[in-house]
Amino acid sequence: MRYTIAALVENKPGVLARVASLFRRRGFNIESLTVGVTERDDISRMTIVVSGDEKVLEQVMKQLNKLIEVIKVSDISSGSVERELCLVKVNAPPEKRGELVELTNIFRGRIVDVAKDSFIIEITGDEEKINAFVDLMRGYGIKEIARTGKVAMVRGAKK
Amino acid sequence: MRAAEAFIKALEQEGVEVVFGIPGGAILEIYDALYDSNIRHITTRHEQGATHAADGYARASGKVGVVFATSGPGATNTVTGIANAYMDSSPLVVFTGQVARHLIGNDAFQEADITGITMPITKHNYLVTDPKKLLRIVKEAFYIATTGRPGPVLVDIPRDVSMADIDFEYPSKVELMGYKPRYEGHPMQIKKAAELIMKSERPIILAGGGVKISNASKELVELAETIPAFVVTTLMGKGSISEYHPLCLGFVGMHGSKYANYALAESDLIIAVGCRFSDRTTGNVAKFATQAKIIHIDIDPAEIGKNVRVDVPIVGDAKRVLATLKKYVEYKQRKEWEDKVKEWREKFPLRYKKDGFKPQFVVEKIQEVFPDAIVTTEVGQNQMWAAQYFKVKHPRQFITSGGLGTMGFGFPAAMGAKVACMDKEVIDIAGDGSFLMNIQELATCVYYNIPVKVFILNNGYLGMVRQWQELFYRERYSATCIGCEKVSFEKIAEGFGAVGITVEKPSEVLDALKQAKEINDAPVVVDFRVDYQAKVLPMVPPGKSLKEIIDEED
Repeated sequence: MRYTIAALVENKPGVLARVASLFRRRGFNIESLTVGVTERDDISRMTIVVSGDEKVLEQVMKQLNKLIEVIKVSDISSGSVERELCLVKVNAPPEKRGELVELTNIFRGRIVDVAKDSFIIEITGDEEKINAFVDLMRGYGIKEIARTGKVAMVRGAKK
Repeated sequence: MRAAEAFIKALEQEGVEVVFGIPGGAILEIYDALYDSNIRHITTRHEQGATHAADGYARASGKVGVVFATSGPGATNTVTGIANAYMDSSPLVVFTGQVARHLIGNDAFQEADITGITMPITKHNYLVTDPKKLLRIVKEAFYIATTGRPGPVLVDIPRDVSMADIDFEYPSKVELMGYKPRYEGHPMQIKKAAELIMKSERPIILAGGGVKISNASKELVELAETIPAFVVTTLMGKGSISEYHPLCLGFVGMHGSKYANYALAESDLIIAVGCRFSDRTTGNVAKFATQAKIIHIDIDPAEIGKNVRVDVPIVGDAKRVLATLKKYVEYKQRKEWEDKVKEWREKFPLRYKKDGFKPQFVVEKIQEVFPDAIVTTEVGQNQMWAAQYFKVKHPRQFITSGGLGTMGFGFPAAMGAKVACMDKEVIDIAGDGSFLMNIQELATCVYYNIPVKVFILNNGYLGMVRQWQELFYRERYSATCIGCEKVSFEKIAEGFGAVGITVEKPSEVLDALKQAKEINDAPVVVDFRVDYQAKVLPMVPPGKSLKEIIDEED
């Protein structure tokens, strides 16, 4: 089972190292981890995807909470909007460019760089959508991929 | 004001009376400021000794232990002591010097990334990068180390930070967004616990080190007497209830008594207080107390449900939770259970074969001559014999390295405990192997006249390891013989300026101990040349359940 955890942390050097160290030390498996600033510049938000069972989730959350610089930890595995951004550099010979533009439009992506024989396509969405798009691109020859990892937020009013 | 002076002034405001440490290049500025202060400094002979001494000081007094060390090797030498304090939730604040800020990251002379190194073994740590933040960090460090579940905090101070010029404005309170320990237990949960207790026919209290840390012994005993429930302790909880109390069954787990282990294993309700269900306490956790419901009271939510399933979790301070819980329970007689425990107690007492020169006999005699002494132990057989045969009366009387199992802890810890309690006798029940690991602190004890007593159960082996080799490795004694029968601890002690005594046979034990008791102006080392084959029994073999505990005859 995979869980998505949101952690509000103090925006200080070393906090990411502490969180990463905690996961390594306790043997928790991180699938992805993203960090970014929030509406307050002294607080950052981490979105962490972990795999394991409920017991692992409970320990991850409790151990995270023990870190002095972690302010709040929530399990947002359900009822949340999840997004990831992906850049794909794909082979784009002249005869395939039309197809690629069409596919990019269908996925509501954008072509952000055009070179002699390749495109960089930017696409956002949940993990499934991005996986589907990446699969489609394989047929054209992917040169490079960069994915951000997941960010997520619970729907509705802020609790 | 020079930051180093402001720093020392901050320590004075925190009420620091003693610092254990060793000066060096990167922390010179701070030592210079210390020169004008009334804070006492004990220069140990190794930084590991300093951290263990500060730990012993903290455990004996309930105050925070403070350590100074320089950068690089000074800092890395504190690591074992910090890890030890972390595992046993002992409040320490360790200040290390660091190379100047512009040199950090350049592999400068005596540079080590001590905040990186100690991240997983501190409750929190800091590298001070801005002199203006120094005092706030000091304030936070003491606050974090001593509140909630206590633990070690390290503050790394670059040399140029300690030389900077700052205003002395010591904050009066601490604001940490992410740190708010919870002390009051949830009232609903406490009521649920009381209901379980009233329904229980075979209740037992499992008291851990948290009871001592929280100063909750009085509340623990009152609850036990009210229910009434027998009390077993973890190794760390030893002393949380007087071991002379009729309800106390002593310590439980791998080398606990048979009757204590049976009682825990057969209970139908475990009221666990301030313990973390370590593998040494539970035996095979899958077969641990299978018929029992578990109430777990702990200040650290992460301990609840970590190792065993829990029916009623209560997050809070032991003292407050126990006091509230007592109000909801009433006396109920449970004759069948009392008789059963009594029967086990009579049938399976702690025992050993009395032929030859047995270490257990030495511990019994130590208890006879020093019944009120603060006892520290090293780690291994000496520790277990001390735990089994030295009955303690008071919560802070027994000091041992429970979690990390650090050989070399006992002697410097005894030194620290003695500094905290000069009016009390402090003894270290030691093994030959362990004592040699921090023996250099004899020089410290002699120099500062800290008259602790070291009683070495000298069997010439790393005895506990040898015992495992005998029982589980077909008597292949790989690398465990350290030949201390050829070492004269008496002469070593004399060489350091302490008093040394050698005891070859049981008939000399009592006299030697009485002689040691009379000497109060120097440390005393007594070398008991005990039988090397003696084993710590009973024992729950690794991977077995508490009920499968074996004794000599089994």
